[in-house]
Amino acid sequence: MVKWIDRQRNIIDFTLSSLFRRKGKNTALIAVYSLVIFVLASVVFFTYSIKKEASLILKDAPEIVLQRLVAGRHELIPLSYMNRIREIKGVSAVKGRLWGYYYDPIVGANYTMIAAEDGHLPPGRIAIGQGISRARLAFEGDTLEFKKHDGVLVHLEVKDILSSGSELVSSDLILISEDDFRALFGTSKDYATDLTVGVMNARELLTIAGKIAERLPDTRVILKDEILRTYDAVFNWRGGMLIVILLGALLAFIIFAWDKASGLSQEERREIGILKAIGWETSDVILMKFWEGMVISLSSFLTGVLLAYVHIFFTSSMLFEPVLKGWAVLYPHFKLIPFIDASQVVALFFLTVVPYTVATIIPSWRAATVDPDSVMR
Amino acid sequence: MRRSSLFLIYLALNVVLLFFMFVHASYQREADARILAEKTEMVKRLQLTDLCLFTEASYTRHLSMADLHTPFQDSPMSLEHFPSGSLVMPPESIRKMNGKVD
Repeated sequence: MVKWIDRQRNIIDFTLSSLFRRKGKNTALIAVYSLVIFVLASVVFFTYSIKKEASLILKDAPEIVLQRLVAGRHELIPLSYMNRIREIKGVSAVKGRLWGYYYDPIVGANYTMIAAEDGHLPPGRIAIGQGISRARLAFEGDTLEFKKHDGVLVHLEVKDILSSGSELVSSDLILISEDDFRALFGTSKDYATDLTVGVMNARELLTIAGKIAERLPDTRVILKDEILRTYDAVFNWRGGMLIVILLGALLAFIIFAWDKASGLSQEERREIGILKAIGWETSDVILMKFWEGMVISLSSFLTGVLLAYVHIFFTSSMLFEPVLKGWAVLYPHFKLIPFIDASQVVALFFLTVVPYTVATIIPSWRAATVDPDSVMR
Repeated sequence: MRRSSLFLIYLALNVVLLFFMFVHASYQREADARILAEKTEMVKRLQLTDLCLFTEASYTRHLSMADLHTPFQDSPMSLEHFPSGSLVMPPESIRKMNGKVD
């Protein structure tokens, strides 16, 4: 065993000396390789964590949301629809949700306004999300100005700032009393934005959804399952930018592997020829090339993965922020919970380290099996 | 010191860091459980349906609530132009509906 370890160490010593002779090229290779793995691992960590967090956060979202559609567009829904839904067996609760968007020309941002449940906020008072607080420099006790539907200005006092921990769901929220909401947007008391429906038995959800759609044909039924699947699908590997990033990384790997598999440089072939001439066996040469592949790919892999972890979970995905932010004025400052597991790291390892190492060994094996004299010429 | 020793020390250090990455992740998940519960409670109380990720357009702010027309709200030929629209896929309910014609 000791002899075996000593042999490996001798070969690693030789491999490292060989790599140091081409210091510039190999340093550049490790830097680019680490960068590719860093991007891939960042995408894997980010998408998995956000999908997992979304599924946990939204598990208590309404079981059914009912929108009214007019000419294919979302319209206010009459509260009288609630009685027709309550008549369906298995329905446990029906509530009207009152929410909408308010465009603030001062900062050029859209806020999501939600009427809080009765008693939570007295008229004239609002609670705002952290994103709005940052954008408007508004804090508890300050007053914000809003333009009503008829052009009259109204001043509402900030009673509360929603916690920073909840930014992922509340950054652009304004909680407002129902009376203020209706006065601001001129919404009649007989209408809500949409309805939420609760069911007694989750297994009857589809049947109840079908009955609602049958009774109220001008409505669109959105199930909780669809809401949850939305966030699973939006960060799917086929989604928009993700596939561009993945394709870029894949292309980089194909170039790496192609460069290695297409053959060795003249210098490398001469090196193998000399080693064979001084008594190295083919297996020794392959072992050396194996370690060469491992030194480069393993170093790059570990560096890339560790940096990706720091990037996603310590710097709040700093490099992805401009992409995620788009043209948005309000952007939540959120720190993802690190939902990572060994399978992600193992999958990355097999996708990156193994193909590179194999691509390094094959041409060396070919060069090592030919006559040293012809290789050196 | 031999070069192989330096390399193996470097490798061991990285493997230890990788191990600590998982330890940190596990610790952080427990530490963030309270914040997660806070968000879940807010979703339940306010009956929220979406994450506040992309606030630039109504159909990216409330992805699951978007109707079929929203990306074209400016005019029938106004194609989707918000950056986040290229980042995310349309909700499954909409893709399913268009599945037959796509």
